[in-house]
Amino acid sequence: MNDEPEESPGVPGFRTWRGVYVFVVGVFLLSVALLALFARFLR
Amino acid sequence: MNAVDWWVLLGTMLGIAAYGTWRTRHTDTLNTYLKGNHATKWGTIGLSVMATQASTITYLSLPGQAYESGIAFIQNYFGLPLALIVVCAVFLPIYRKLGVYTAYEYLGQRFDAKTRLLGASLFLLQRGIQSGITIYAPAIILSTVLGWPLELTIVFTGLLVIVYTVTGGSAAVNLTQKWQMAVIFGGMMTAFVVVLIHLPPDATHIAGALGKLQAVDFTPDFERRYTFWSGLLGGFFLSLSYFGTDQSQVQRYIGGAALREGRLGLMFNAVFKIPMQFSIVMLGAMLYVFYLFQPGTPVFFNQTEWQRHRAGPQAAAFQAIEEKYAAAHADQQVKIKAWVAARNGADAAAEAATRREMTAAQATAVAIRQEAKAQLKAVDPRAKTKDSDYVFITFILTQLPHGVIGLLIAVMFASALSSKAGELNALGTTSTIDVWRHFRPLAAHDEARNVRNAKWFTAAWGFFAIGFALMVSAAENLIEFLNIVASIFYPALLGVFMVAFFIKKVGGSAVFWGAVATQAAVLAIYLVGRFNPAYEIGYLWLNPIGCVMCVLFSLGLQTVWPARKEPVAG
Repeated sequence: MNDEPEESPGVPGFRTWRGVYVFVVGVFLLSVALLALFARFLR
Repeated sequence: MNAVDWWVLLGTMLGIAAYGTWRTRHTDTLNTYLKGNHATKWGTIGLSVMATQASTITYLSLPGQAYESGIAFIQNYFGLPLALIVVCAVFLPIYRKLGVYTAYEYLGQRFDAKTRLLGASLFLLQRGIQSGITIYAPAIILSTVLGWPLELTIVFTGLLVIVYTVTGGSAAVNLTQKWQMAVIFGGMMTAFVVVLIHLPPDATHIAGALGKLQAVDFTPDFERRYTFWSGLLGGFFLSLSYFGTDQSQVQRYIGGAALREGRLGLMFNAVFKIPMQFSIVMLGAMLYVFYLFQPGTPVFFNQTEWQRHRAGPQAAAFQAIEEKYAAAHADQQVKIKAWVAARNGADAAAEAATRREMTAAQATAVAIRQEAKAQLKAVDPRAKTKDSDYVFITFILTQLPHGVIGLLIAVMFASALSSKAGELNALGTTSTIDVWRHFRPLAAHDEARNVRNAKWFTAAWGFFAIGFALMVSAAENLIEFLNIVASIFYPALLGVFMVAFFIKKVGGSAVFWGAVATQAAVLAIYLVGRFNPAYEIGYLWLNPIGCVMCVLFSLGLQTVWPARKEPVAG
């Protein structure tokens, strides 16, 4: 859909945007897991 | 508040106003007024996107929401990171490539003029109503600080925000919000520290045992407002609409220097939003425990409203409720201490028995608070009985150190004004570009006239917001009310954009009527649930249901209607 060449995110440790998106999904999954554990521990 | 607070407050307000005015003194073109400064960096965009979404309403309302209902509201944000990835990968490159002023211009290019008008109208209707809700945030602050009636502070802050917006533009909004956010974060941290200092050692366990810390609920129940599923799916569609189709957000990354900055700004939010909101709801849950042990905890946190009626002919009834609540509050403390002792003594039977007693004492206190609200309604049917938005502001004014109170009130008020300015700016821009220009195409190239009209529209929406706030009495917590309104009007709009991006064969007329039918259906589903609780579904579900409905209606209409060449409009 986008004809522009894919520019680098310019963030240390990430060469592509796909890498940034995977990192965001990873952080999200970790957040949910920690919240679930938190709720389970403090009932 | 004492004299130090007032000096800090006035100095901060004047400083913010002077800085914004100085930095934006050359803002005179339509492009800058409407799109913002093109030199905006990703950090500014990221903070600005967070600031408009996590504005004073969040800081004011979210701790109160957690105080009342626990931290389950955090699930509302579960779909947000995934939605932001879709906005970055799909929506943003399209907007940037087309070089549009508003998201709805794209609909005109992809479909036709009537679909563009429909998209803009849905946005204007939804945002217009929301601006009538968000105006409560600065008004509540002023009302609590000065003890003025809420109606008066609504009018005062409304007029102030109109002047601020019309003389500023979106560049001023971006510039000042960055600093306001930094101070608010500092203030929130101070508040957290103050709460922590005063909490008993088992505070988190007390909050957990009283049902305030259930962050994730995997129950597949459509009726519950906040579950993992409604947050993930409903929240995904809600966030996709907000960040991908709402002009108040889209205008921010259209204004960024490059696609990269816009994307990084959004990814910044995708990573930090859930932790940030978690810290705010946790503050609310800890405030709940704090007030359990605080002598003189008010039965109703909107003290301006309470004292106004308490001084009336029904004073004895109000006093009786206060005394009853004070006794219940003291009893709650005794029951909690007994439970903590049983828990630490590792006696399972005693722990279970004291837990039951503690929960019963909590139910009694909640019932007395309900009685207090019923009493308010009995003396004044127009009385505002939702007091959770007043919990945090009450804490700030009574517990934080002097000087910090003044600073925090100033930046929260300024942030609320900025947030309102961003909202009104988006309403003014869309009204000018997508509606006024449509009816006056010859005036499109007269830049000065466009800026003038955008400012007039901005002011008009400001007056609409004041009028709406004065007429409608919010039955919900502010932050929930905003999300409910968004969930009613966003789904059809998102459906139109989904068809535009992904289904090439559908033309303007099919998607237009598909969206109209969807809007009617979503409104009907909401109203049926509202007036008949047996059919109520959690409002977040309206988002995926409406979006899918719009896509299916559009496809169906395109199939049954004879193919014809769709007019192309710009």
